[in-house]
Amino acid sequence: MKFLEYKAKEIFSRYGIPVPRGIVASTPEDITNPPLPCMVKAQVLVGGRGRAGGVRPANGLDEARGVARQILGMAIGGYTVKQVYLEERLDIEKELYLSFAIDRSARESLLMASAMGGIDVESLPRDRIFMEHVPVLVGPQPYVWRAFRASLGLPKDVADQAVDIARKAYDLFRKEDAELVEINPLVLTKDGRVIAGDAKLVIDDNAEYRHPEYAGLDQDRTPLEEEAHEKGIAFVQLDGDIGVIANGAGLTMATLDVLNLKGGRGGTFLDLGGTDDPGKVAEAFELLLKAKPAAILLNIFGGITKADTVAVGVKQALEVMHASVPVVARIKGVNEDKAKQILRDIGMYPAETIEQAAELAVKVSHGAR
Amino acid sequence: MAVLLTRKSRVIVQGITGHQGQFHTRAMLDFGTKVVAGVTPGKGGQKVEGVPVFDAVDEAVRRKRANASIVFVPAAFAKDAVIEAVEAGIRLIAVITERIPFHDALEFQPYARTKDVTVIGPNCPGLASPGQAKMGIMPNQIFKPGDVGVISRSGTLTYEIVNAISEAGFGQSTCIGIGGDPIIGTNMVEALALFQKDRSTRKIVVVGEIGGTGEEDAAAFIAKNVTKPVVAYVAGRTAPPGKRMGHAGAIIQGGKGTAESKVTAFNDAGVRVAQYPVEVASLLAAT
Repeated sequence: MKFLEYKAKEIFSRYGIPVPRGIVASTPEDITNPPLPCMVKAQVLVGGRGRAGGVRPANGLDEARGVARQILGMAIGGYTVKQVYLEERLDIEKELYLSFAIDRSARESLLMASAMGGIDVESLPRDRIFMEHVPVLVGPQPYVWRAFRASLGLPKDVADQAVDIARKAYDLFRKEDAELVEINPLVLTKDGRVIAGDAKLVIDDNAEYRHPEYAGLDQDRTPLEEEAHEKGIAFVQLDGDIGVIANGAGLTMATLDVLNLKGGRGGTFLDLGGTDDPGKVAEAFELLLKAKPAAILLNIFGGITKADTVAVGVKQALEVMHASVPVVARIKGVNEDKAKQILRDIGMYPAETIEQAAELAVKVSHGAR
Repeated sequence: MAVLLTRKSRVIVQGITGHQGQFHTRAMLDFGTKVVAGVTPGKGGQKVEGVPVFDAVDEAVRRKRANASIVFVPAAFAKDAVIEAVEAGIRLIAVITERIPFHDALEFQPYARTKDVTVIGPNCPGLASPGQAKMGIMPNQIFKPGDVGVISRSGTLTYEIVNAISEAGFGQSTCIGIGGDPIIGTNMVEALALFQKDRSTRKIVVVGEIGGTGEEDAAAFIAKNVTKPVVAYVAGRTAPPGKRMGHAGAIIQGGKGTAESKVTAFNDAGVRVAQYPVEVASLLAAT
């Protein structure tokens, strides 16, 4: 779950992290009383909005509305700007960086900070980034904050503020099941305040059930991906024309890779998972057909999943949808002969190996038989 | 011989009365596994596939001398199940459950390690030592006893590859499905170390995928510490950045975790990388 900046800042506020005053607007007319002078910021879930011209200053109400009019509707990273956030402009003395993330290799949370903020952390020199693992079982001990404070090299009163913010950010990281809490820049103002200039928050999808208050927030998904998410189907829309469906995430990725090696391009990643429930298979196929593929490549390795029940589901889906898309199927596993017969009966192209299936899918997608 | 799991392992099934638990208890028994008990709170006294069910893990450990557990309980209760097993003295825990919150894994994984307990997974197919025992959901019929150690982040892709190497005449010492989550109990390096030490393992297969740096770490470890031949496959060469490809851990983030980087790392370590999944079998034959 990703959060727009203004939404993330609402949550930051709840945890006592200072944020600039601001208002959110969906139309220029919504803007009545912005904190002036202000920054008008495009609200999108992708990075790079500054470079795209999605963050600009305004001094008066009319100017703010004018800038908002230009930013609303802009396309940034393939997504349309639907909201702008008008925020008090800060008098910046210095920009810092602060984040809490999950370090997969260490199996611990990771505090990262830098006295050089405001730019992408990936492009920071390694020796300018302070990194400290925090084992969540015991939480951050005082030494973590001592080291963090020392790394910033700031006067005591501002360092106190930065440590206080970091403590609150960790609290948020844990309580909200965050994958990432990032404040970049963490702004030190000319009048000596430390305040979150930007806010990036990603909450673990697996923990959605613990945070029902965030359900229904816009995510960076296509309409079909959104539909799949609601149905609990692992689905990613890609830019090719062959719909790929397989059981298991690794096998689905591998099938896409093989298709690519055979000169085809996948249009969908659809992981059927461990199901052989004909209803679920039909549901997945309906979704796949909505992506309007030129051909479908089905790859099932049925160990536990029975091949013939998957085939029945495929048959049902195609009948319901009156689909005329050519389907190449490679089905291996329990009852595979029965499955192949079912698929042949409805005019599918059975294949023995993934490689053959991929070659055939490329051929039929071009209209050849 | 095998690693982690042998015919002597005394296995319990946490969540045995659920659909999955029951189905796979049958399959594990058929594989030859010593499934000595099941645990479902509130269901003590029942039997599933002839296996006695207890209310708590410590009871199963006391009464049946269990030392390994396979966990099927729903994601919201998985942390509880793992910590209960650790506290009861279980030494090896395979967590099949998927969609466990990351912060739960951040708690129970380091906790199990401080008690020197081995966790496999979560979000994994478990592990199997053909001819001896299986603690997992992999189909029984694909395995053959032999000397190839298999390490994989995937489920069905593993079955595909194991099946191909069995059909090519090889067998497996142990197959470890380490799991598709970002925070896993046993990573590739740790699994490689086990196989390098195991005298019954002569060759190793590693099945990786996009996301994280487990494969790069594995390649560095192989270059330094592994003398046995290793063959690899990496899924997700065509996966777009920033998208989770089914597995919670299969995501390219900030330019890190690409298949290209992993394949290069393996090649640099002298590991042959198959282009097609089943090609693993022919590369094994050539080593």
